[in-house]
Amino acid sequence: MTKPLQRPKRKDPLKKTRIPLLPQGTRSRTALGLTSAAAEGRFQLQVCSDCGTVVYPPRDACPRCLSARLPFKDVANGGTLLAETTIRTSTDVYFRERMPWRIGTVQLDAGPSIVAHLHGDLREGERARLQLKIDKSGQAIAMALPAEDTPNMADDPQWRELTCDPKFRRVLITDGRTAVGQALAEAVSEAGASVVFVGVADPWKPFPGEERLRKIERVEIVALDLTDTISVNECAGEFAARVDILINTAEYVRTGGIIDRKGLTVAREELEMRYFGLTRLAQAFGPVLRARGADGVNSAAAFVNLLSVYALANWPAYGAFSATEAACLSAAQSLRAELRQGGVKVVNAFFGPLETEWYQAVPPPKVAPSALARAVVRALQQGLEDVFVGDIAEDIRARLAVDPKALERELGS
Amino acid sequence: MAAPDLLAFAGAVAAGDIEVVDLTHTLTPEFPTIVMPPELGQCAPFRMEEVSRYDERGSAWYWNNISMGEHTGTHFDAPVHWISGKDLANNSVDTIPAANFIAPAAVIDISRQSAANADYELTVADVTAWEAQHGRIPPRSWVLLRTDWSKKSGRDYVNMREDGQHTPGPCPEVVRFLVEERDLHGLGTETIGTDAGQAFHFNPPYPAHYYMHGKGRYGLQCLTNLDLLPPSGSVIVAAPLKIRRGSGSPLRVLALVPRGERRA
Repeated sequence: MTKPLQRPKRKDPLKKTRIPLLPQGTRSRTALGLTSAAAEGRFQLQVCSDCGTVVYPPRDACPRCLSARLPFKDVANGGTLLAETTIRTSTDVYFRERMPWRIGTVQLDAGPSIVAHLHGDLREGERARLQLKIDKSGQAIAMALPAEDTPNMADDPQWRELTCDPKFRRVLITDGRTAVGQALAEAVSEAGASVVFVGVADPWKPFPGEERLRKIERVEIVALDLTDTISVNECAGEFAARVDILINTAEYVRTGGIIDRKGLTVAREELEMRYFGLTRLAQAFGPVLRARGADGVNSAAAFVNLLSVYALANWPAYGAFSATEAACLSAAQSLRAELRQGGVKVVNAFFGPLETEWYQAVPPPKVAPSALARAVVRALQQGLEDVFVGDIAEDIRARLAVDPKALERELGS
Repeated sequence: MAAPDLLAFAGAVAAGDIEVVDLTHTLTPEFPTIVMPPELGQCAPFRMEEVSRYDERGSAWYWNNISMGEHTGTHFDAPVHWISGKDLANNSVDTIPAANFIAPAAVIDISRQSAANADYELTVADVTAWEAQHGRIPPRSWVLLRTDWSKKSGRDYVNMREDGQHTPGPCPEVVRFLVEERDLHGLGTETIGTDAGQAFHFNPPYPAHYYMHGKGRYGLQCLTNLDLLPPSGSVIVAAPLKIRRGSGSPLRVLALVPRGERRA
């Protein structure tokens, strides 16, 4: 049974913060198929289109029939742990400071056997679930878990190395004025965050849900205006060293396409809040997050972006809004590469219209703020990079994979 | 008539015989701006981006880029700001005669009434009571409404409730009286607008804006330190930025007060 994680002691100010090191992160282009599956929490391996063989490790030709048609497909992840070993010493600087480390060979029911990281509750000869996870270098690795959940299993140190669990971490919700911000404050508090800092801009302006927000356990309201560089810098100056997970809940939703909006006032506000807000947060909090990626149990773990799924394909009814979201997505991709140096994940949660006032005229299905919050917490607990929340987001994702042009045309009708 | 002795004037300022009282709030990002319903256009708050600070972006110099609305912080309203003043001559900040940026002030104290009632409306009776004590308001005077509202901050300053803002201001009749009977130069307030917080529900809505700007008169908002001014005898220097066709601008507002007349 996994030993339950203890709340980390306050840091000894005389101790040096360890530089975040990364495991080996080079993969072949073909092997990146595993990384894309891991980013979304899918278990996919190459399956030969001609003979049906499930292939691992990733190859450019089927080892059975030499076919080059080897697409990644969802595969059953059940198997048996054939053999295990505990590594006690290594010349690799990343693993060296994390020893001992258990690995083993899992015989998959689907065919291949895979060398995987082992969860502490899994023993040789037992049935196992194999998962693809993104490690600190941003690449896929395989991790074998017990077939059934075990008590405190999320507290396993090898598992926690791959996830961004809010438990005992300190979270910053950047905008507590929104329904999503409030739902997230509640969700991360319930998930065991040790502090939930919640940013509030324009404190002179009352907002719905304020009283309830203040009553959520471990919530601390902080002054933070994402449209104001000075405010973001001051907040980071005071709190950045105590933020392990940053969740940007900034929201700016207005209807209308590029022509329909008169002038740039609204577009500017939108960019100030969303694109420049993200940039300000990245510049102010990013360097500290990146430096604290290996800072013990409550190391810096994640920078979360909430993005409209229309960042991926423009919805002209909310056309200018979609364009801003696309800018944020592009920035998030850069940020992901920049934060990876510190082993900090960038999590992008894509969602369709929300059950909020600014989507009043949009028919259901819509995503409830609480559902989005739950999905984000799950993504953190699972160490995912990309999540699609709700029917619309999943639908857009699927249609985009099939035919981006057809999707563009349909969204524009 | 002999030419006025400006050297003597400058000397009096330097010697403190004429005291200069700053009626301006510092421009900061946090200072509240007027709030419109969220689907309408909004006035931008003050923002500042560092260009360089003796660093790799400019090694020996410090400077910032700033942005804001024309009606952010302590600011001036030109007649063109309101629909009633849109067709007047010289109605924008760049065309207002420069001499109009200097004018005497009558300071009417309604701080006691405002403390008791956030929606207090200045009446004609308040003005005539003031005149009974201090004499008739001279033509082309600023009327400055002392409410001590500038001493409040944050939520208390804006005083936004579910039915809107609650801050003191003039009733429709008194604005018309001041403009038509007293040839008012303009109205200055400590609150975010020259009108009361609830003035949307007056007839006409926003009477200070409507009547004053309709007659080509001016407004000053978000003033501070009005409690330091004598009821009469001070002179206001308030020159907005020269923005082409500008409807207003943040500015520095100074009051010149004879020595000994400054309160507190």
